[in-house]
Parts: sequence; C-alpha cells; structure tokens
Amino acid sequence: MAAADTGRPVATAAGGDTPARGRSRATGRETTTGTAPGKAPGRLRRSFSTHWYAWTMVAPVVVVIGVIIGYPLVRGVYLSLTNANERNVERSIGVNQLPATYEFVGLDNYKDALTGDQFLATLGWTVLWTVACVSITFALGLALANILNRKIAGRAFYRMLLVLPWAVPGFVSVFAWRFLYNQDNGLLNKLLAGGGIDAVPWLNDPTWAKFAVISVNVWLGIPFMMVALLGGLQSIPGELYEAAEMDGASPWQRFRHITMPGLRPVSTTVVLLSTIWTFNMFPVIFLLTRGGPGEATQILVTQAYKFSFEISPRDFAQSSTWGVLILVLLMLFAAVYRRVLRKQGDVW
Amino acid sequence: MSTSTSTLVTGQKANVQLRERRSPLASFGLHATLVVASVVAVFPVLWVLLTSLKPAKYATTTDFVRETTFENYTRLIGDTPFLTWFGNSLLIAGLSTVIGVFVSATTGYAISRFRFPGKRGLMWTLLITQMFPVAVLIVPIYNIMAKLGLLNQPMGLVITYLTISVPFCAWMMKGFFDGIPQEIDESGQVDGLTPFGTFWRLILPLAKPGIAVTAFYSFITAWGEVAYASAFLVGDENMTLAGGLQKFVNQYSSQWGPMAAASVLIAIPAGVVFVFAQKHLVSGMTAGATKG
Repeated sequence: MAAADTGRPVATAAGGDTPARGRSRATGRETTTGTAPGKAPGRLRRSFSTHWYAWTMVAPVVVVIGVIIGYPLVRGVYLSLTNANERNVERSIGVNQLPATYEFVGLDNYKDALTGDQFLATLGWTVLWTVACVSITFALGLALANILNRKIAGRAFYRMLLVLPWAVPGFVSVFAWRFLYNQDNGLLNKLLAGGGIDAVPWLNDPTWAKFAVISVNVWLGIPFMMVALLGGLQSIPGELYEAAEMDGASPWQRFRHITMPGLRPVSTTVVLLSTIWTFNMFPVIFLLTRGGPGEATQILVTQAYKFSFEISPRDFAQSSTWGVLILVLLMLFAAVYRRVLRKQGDVW
Repeated sequence: MSTSTSTLVTGQKANVQLRERRSPLASFGLHATLVVASVVAVFPVLWVLLTSLKPAKYATTTDFVRETTFENYTRLIGDTPFLTWFGNSLLIAGLSTVIGVFVSATTGYAISRFRFPGKRGLMWTLLITQMFPVAVLIVPIYNIMAKLGLLNQPMGLVITYLTISVPFCAWMMKGFFDGIPQEIDESGQVDGLTPFGTFWRLILPLAKPGIAVTAFYSFITAWGEVAYASAFLVGDENMTLAGGLQKFVNQYSSQWGPMAAASVLIAIPAGVVFVFAQKHLVSGMTAGATKG
C-alpha cells in the first residue's frame, strides 16, 4: 500500500535534515530537491498517490491562507501602485454602481512615502518602540523565569499570577491601564498627589504617552516571554550545572556559559516572534492612545489603519503602500536575523 | 514600573549566586521580587474588579472597597445589548478555537511526520504570515468577505481569526508532535490504522498539553481582537464585545463603573479557559518554542 511507503516516519529524517540545513545552505537545497515532485506527469501522479494524505492534512490551512492572506496581499500590492481612495474605487450609491476610476501610478506612492517626513518619523518611533519593548520584556521575562525555575515556596501560585496579564483580553487590560493613567481621576495620579507630586499627563504628553504605551506593552508581553523561557530553562539538563559547580564556575559564569547557550533555541525564536508582533502591535496603541497625542505614539500599522479608515477621503493606496513597506521591512529583518544566527553557528 | 525593574534585576543576581544553598536573605529577596512582580501583574485587573463593585459615583475614589454593589452590572445588562455582544463573541471565539485547534493539529502533524513536496514552502509561509500587518490586509479581506456575503456574519470573522492564530499554533503543534516518539505511529500502522486513524486515535490524545496551549492561544486571540471585529461587524445585534465596547467607550467615556463591570464580565470566559490551560502552558510552550 502506498500508505506504508509514505508513512515512513520522518522525524528521524527531519532530525538529520534540520541541522544540515542550518550548517550549509547547499545541503538544505539538496534535501529539498530530493523530495521535490518530478516534472513528468507519471511522477506527479505517483507523488500525489504517495503524499495525498499529507496534503489533505495541510489543505485547510493552505486554502484559508491562500484566500485570506494571498489574495489580499496581491491586492494590497496592486493598490499600493495606484491612487485608489474612497472617491474613486468601485462603490455603490443607492442603486447606482459606480465603476472604479483609480489609475495606475507606478511607484509614486513608495517614492512619496520614502522621501516624505511622515513615514520616516513614524518608522523611527516604531523601531524605538519595538526595540524598547522587546528588550525590556526579554530582560524581565528572563529574570522572572530564572526565579521561577528555582525551588521556591508557592511557585505555582506565583506563576499563575504572573501569567494572568496574558489571559486577560487585550482591550480589557488596556482599559484597566487607561483607567489607572487617567489624568484627573486615575489612581496613579491620585497616589502621586498623595505624595505631593503634580499630576502627570500620562496619555496627553508626547513623551509620557510613549513611556505609557511601552510600559503597557511590556506588561502584556512578559507572560508569553516568561513562559517560553521557563520552558527553555526546564529543558537544560541539571547535570550541566552540577558539573560546572564542581569545576568551581561562579554563578555568573554558569549563567553566561550554560543558561544563555541552553536558552538559545528558545530565545532566538521568541525574540524573532515578539519583534514581529511588537512591530505590528495594533491594539495597544490603537486602544490606549489612538496614536495620539497628535501623532506621537502612532506606529506604522496604526498609521496605515488610520489612512484607510479614519481620514477622509479614506486613502487606500497610501495605506497599502505602508502595509507593503512594513512587510518588506519585517522580511528583511527576518532574513538578516537568520543570517546572523547562522554565522554564529546556530542551527535554526 | 521602574522601581520594580530594579528590584527584579537585583533579585535575580542575588539568587544566581546562591544556587542550591540559599541564605534567608536571598530567599527573602526572591520572594520580595516575585511579590512585587505579581502585584504589578495583577493589580490593574484587580483594580477594575474592585471598581466595578463600587457605586458609580465612587468609581474614581482610591478606596479599595466602598459600599459594595452590583448596580453597575445590572445597569450594564439592562441598558445595553451587552448579552447579545457577549453571545456573539462567545460563538465566534468558540468556533475559532475548535476549528483552529483542529486545523493547526493536522497541519502540525503533517509537517512534523511527513516529508512532502511543498513542506518547506509551507513552513516559511506560516512564519511569514505572521508578519502581515492588519492594515494591509483589512481592506482586501473586507472586500472578499463582502463578495462572499460573509460580512456581518460570525463565519467571516472566524475565518479571519484562523489566519491570525493558525500559523503560530501549527508551529507550536509541530514542535509538540516532534516530541512524541515515532514508534507510536509505527505501531499504529502495524495495527492497520490509516495515517488519519493514527493521528486521531493515538497521537492526538498524547498531545493534550499542546492542544491546551493552542486552544488557549486561539481563544484569547479571537476573544480580544479589535481591528477586524470593529471593521467587519456593524449593527448592535451583530457586534462582538470588542466592537460593542468601542462604541460604549465613546458614548459613556466618563462612566468608569459600567465599563469596569463590562471588563470583568469579558475577562471571565478568558479566565476560565486560562484555568484549564495554565498547568499545561509551560510544557506545551516549551515544545513549541524550542522546535519552532
């Protein structure tokens, strides 16, 4: 039966395949070509009969991603090359169907975005926001994971409390923070007033607002980081520490030479993921400040959203242009990140 | 925030120094750090809970408890379509979770166990999909949903949420399945099970922690999503909590009491899911994160 043939368990093969791919690109390619379908129709049919259930299992994802992400992406790229806005796209007024009248404008939108001040200024803040959020979240998450990885009374209880911000829906926690930050009635300012300090305009002053959004995002992000790193810490064999202790390694040396390398697989992944997520962190900014005051906390995603939903006329072309630029930036980042890791001899 | 930061750092240094034999002082430092961190983690949410139980006129006082009352809740449920929104949210998040878990599990299993043409491409796609900004997708997805007649329909949002949660969940499930020995699959095949049968009857039950995490993640993602929900759903009777509350915030921006009550009610289902998932969270995430 064909099934027996493909049923060939692949974890062993995949296990051998993954490190090879990391070490040299050529090996990876070879592996791929080895399994790629032949061009002859006969081989294609055979390939289908061998792989049909693997394909069946991934089909729903492929279809959904293809339709819901693939088409919008193509469409977004296309819109970014036009001057589409609310007034010239296909729309219906009453019973009349007005055809689209927008035109192809080539790369003009990109030229405008990259030479204008707005995009670059927003990008600067977005990068600052991402770096600040990811590094602070990582540092605190790592510290807490290290503490929770010890034998300590009430560990499970602490862990549950610390993971709580993750379990609370984003808009609820953002509401909670808005409530605390409120300038006239918020608890933070009342406490400050109790200490004789003037009210701080948490969300109404550009600098404080930046501080406020970063704090909230760190607060939201720590649980994920902590749980992932805690998992990573638990997978480091205890014997390594014992051996190091026998050899008289200092605590810092143990942390530096056992904990950090041991966490590497986890930390490289979570740093990559949280960078991507933070860069595109729509809800925190949108719900906390709406990008304000002014445009002080507007990151690329919220600004792009604003272009297509909040300004009049809604500017779909510019919104798409920014969206495509976001995507390009993140893909560049991921590529560079992987390359750096690989240079350092990493498997990923 | 900044004070807690410094405490954390010093606390950590202290405990690295004294790994096995810990002095009382170091113990105290560890507990103090954890207590401070826990308070910071819990307080904003707790404060909302306390506020929701105060009469509206005292909503912004600093007292922890004052004339405990449920009037905020009764007003909320009586005066707004809150329960309708709540039901909509529950339906959408529930469907997203069930479908999302199933689809991520099959995909994760396929990329963990089989080699097939297109596998690497698929894995890359799953990673890259997470980079897509909402802003670039939202208008085209809106158009697709309009064409398919799924606008203002729960199914439209469910499908959209799948695209957000499934890529990450499939990676996580793959990592999880990688940790389940091959021999189990082989024994299933020896016993004459089809690959689907092996997956369904043998592997899936073993992957419960992974499923718990995936379910938690899908549910939370769908339950708390705002951008798509407020763009795709219009009309009081169709909205989810996220969209409805946006309206609510704008209408009653100074009414902290009812808002707090609404927040508490919204947090409850998420909390229930969390309690079920939390003991698996670490083990489930480990597999996903290390291998992912």
